[in-house]
Amino acid sequence: MADLRVDFAGIKAPNPFWLASAPPTDKEYNVVRAFRAGWGGVVWKTLGEDPPIVNVSSRYGATSFNGARMAGFSNIELITDRPLAVNLREIKAVKRDWPDRAVVVSLMVPCEEESWRRILPLVEETGADGIELNFGCPHGMSERGMGSAVGQVPDYVEMVTRWCKQYSRMPVIVKLTPNITDIRAPARAARRGGADAVSLINTVQSIVSVDLDAMAPEPVVGGQGSHGGYCGPAVKPIALRMVAEIARDPETAGLPISGIGGISTWRDAAEFIALGAGAVQVCTAAMHHGFRIVDDMIAGLANWMDEKGYARIEQFSGRAVKNFVNWEALDLNYQTIARIDQDLCIRCGLCHIACEDTSHQAIAFAREAAGRRFSVIEAECVGCNLCYHVCPVENCITMESVASGKPKLTWKQHPNNPLREAAE
Amino acid sequence: MTGPTDSSAVPDIFPHRREDAGIARDFADAHPPLSPDAAIVEAHRCYFCFDAPCTAACPTGIDVPGFIRGIATGNLRGAAVKILEENIFGGSCARVCPTEILCERACVRTAEEERPVAIGALQRRATDWLMARNHHPFVAAPASGRRIAVVGAGPAGLACAHRLARAGHCVEVFEARAKPGGLNEYGIAAYKLPDDFARHEIEFLLAIGNITITTGKALGVDLTLADLRSAYDAVFLGLGLAGVNALGIEERPLFGVEDAVSFIARLRQTQDKTEIPIGRRVVVIGGGNTAIDAATQARLLGAEEVSIVYRRGPAQMSATGDEQKWAQTHGVTIRHFATPVRVIGEAGAVRGVVFARTRRDDRGAVVMSGGEFTLGADQVFKAVGQRFVLPETEGFPVIENGRIAVDAARRTSLPGVYAGGDCVAGLDLTVRAVQDGKIAAAAIDAALTGQKEHAHG
Repeated sequence: MADLRVDFAGIKAPNPFWLASAPPTDKEYNVVRAFRAGWGGVVWKTLGEDPPIVNVSSRYGATSFNGARMAGFSNIELITDRPLAVNLREIKAVKRDWPDRAVVVSLMVPCEEESWRRILPLVEETGADGIELNFGCPHGMSERGMGSAVGQVPDYVEMVTRWCKQYSRMPVIVKLTPNITDIRAPARAARRGGADAVSLINTVQSIVSVDLDAMAPEPVVGGQGSHGGYCGPAVKPIALRMVAEIARDPETAGLPISGIGGISTWRDAAEFIALGAGAVQVCTAAMHHGFRIVDDMIAGLANWMDEKGYARIEQFSGRAVKNFVNWEALDLNYQTIARIDQDLCIRCGLCHIACEDTSHQAIAFAREAAGRRFSVIEAECVGCNLCYHVCPVENCITMESVASGKPKLTWKQHPNNPLREAAE
Repeated sequence: MTGPTDSSAVPDIFPHRREDAGIARDFADAHPPLSPDAAIVEAHRCYFCFDAPCTAACPTGIDVPGFIRGIATGNLRGAAVKILEENIFGGSCARVCPTEILCERACVRTAEEERPVAIGALQRRATDWLMARNHHPFVAAPASGRRIAVVGAGPAGLACAHRLARAGHCVEVFEARAKPGGLNEYGIAAYKLPDDFARHEIEFLLAIGNITITTGKALGVDLTLADLRSAYDAVFLGLGLAGVNALGIEERPLFGVEDAVSFIARLRQTQDKTEIPIGRRVVVIGGGNTAIDAATQARLLGAEEVSIVYRRGPAQMSATGDEQKWAQTHGVTIRHFATPVRVIGEAGAVRGVVFARTRRDDRGAVVMSGGEFTLGADQVFKAVGQRFVLPETEGFPVIENGRIAVDAARRTSLPGVYAGGDCVAGLDLTVRAVQDGKIAAAAIDAALTGQKEHAHG
């Protein structure tokens, strides 16, 4: 059986599945339920300075897609709205009762040295395993010069990280906002400041939907809405790319990454880990189905690792990073062609109409005595994969690589490229 | 099974064989509507096929993926209009169509996983939504000044009338019976169209305007085709099947022996089903949907033993497999390969039926296989088919194989006279009747306005 234990930036946990800083980790009650369910760790919902913030009522919005609810999820909630002392007391109790689990505390205080110097010893006193700097929250707190307002300025990221390392012995994880052009800049700044790890992504600035009766963005608060933070399965591709950029950046190579963004299953987690994450954080999936989902995450990941022969997480962490290259490094002589298994085909015609209307007219449609028939016109097929993606039947359309008999040729060497590299 | 003479001499036919609540419950909606949420989930099962086979399988050519997409996106009005555009009886067809042999059999999910998209139920969701809003979605064109007579207020006649009314023509519909609706009003099992749906649907349809219905006017009795032809610009014949086939054996009038269609009509026209008398032992002879509807309803009224006896096998029954299962699930015994040879009567009342065993020979014909058996019966329903009865012998269009001969545009041999529905050859389904009416209306409109017809069918 695969060993799922992780040592993430010096923080040990029985498995890589942690709950992200969010409502599920706001109180001892929830966190204890999570640990009972089997979660490897939590990042406690962001603490701030007293007096506590005040939240609005009507806080979440969601995107349903083709009947699937919460394909995307959005919130306009702020950091914890409970007094600092209450949170600290509960964190201490939880860590005492659950010594084998990772308890990381998320922090957000004004961008002033004194504020950070004041709160850090209080957190350290709880026995928490580390801190996560919330430089990501894109709504509300950012209007007050915190959250993503800090995360969007690499110099501030570096400065605050440095203060935290200076005034605390705890490992420091810097949580990054995706609401930025180049994710590598704040990651590099975090490393310069001495960060032990980064975590990403925080939520994406968004308007999740518009209430067409109220004529206001959702969630609607008394007839009005604000922009919120978008997360859930819909943001996973954005998160994967940002994690991978940091993993392959020579300036941040080796910096531990806690992957966050739409992780709902063990497979999602495996993908983040393959692209360089050492552990992952989950929120929306737990808010959708409760803490019990971790059961299948643990068993599913272990079973897949056993099948692949990976004994420990580190053995596949980052394995896909070297294969994440710039477009110009791809082989232009590689070719793939669609094949339709006529025995599996249910004749829905989706491959035909997609290719005919929007792509390469490479799937023929014929009415034969036996019925409708859809077949690939190989000479026209460019191997775009569209038919494969629209086909509703598993394994009916496969993309098969065709031996071109030609050596690898990238754009860098291609004759059509005026700036091509000279041939050897 | 009890013998023919083992009970008292009194015909054992009584109402209230079951508790009233049970009867009321079982005569309510056979297939309750999908909830709004369930409909959305089901709508998302539709793959939105290209050149969709379900649409090709629908006799009225409803754009099935198109209307299902409307349900999925919350555009219920658009979904309903798409359906009604092709089939103004979309509401009743959603309830009575044998979808298992039409659109749902063609659904690609049937091939994939033997569970088609519930097209009928989704169609009901959309049409119910619109009809509940009491809003007729179509507007009649400016008055053409043309007048058309439609004979028969069944689905064929009214579908034709609606199309013509939409085109701006004035339509007068003549109906022999006391109410319009045809088989939807008189000939379908009560639990398939409960809550007076047939009447509501006609009210909805008539909201287009330009249509008047006169009931109690029968062709050949109160009207002649010759008069209609001279008084109107065109005539559409949407006549039903007035004749009921006999068993083909010696039949004396006996108390308890009745045509299944009369029993079914009586059930439909009786508000309180608990007052309908039913035999303790019921035998239904025949193999179509009429036999199924009579037998199942007899069981629901509380008959203890109900048998359908059919002279051929399950595959030859015109009732679909789903209909056969429906009857069996309700406790009806279906006996195949037997044909009646004698009805046993006693003191003027039926006591049973003697059947001879049959088989199919090499060419599929029914032959006697030797042997007889007797089923005791307090009530016998005959459901061995109906036939078209010529209402007039003079001045009527050409008849072929017992039905009015029509061309692809539903033109009869007489100029200006069109026909459709059960009085012409074709599937005996509401949806086919609607399509006949539609095609004829297009042909009549084209003829009256001098336009080129659109392609038929």
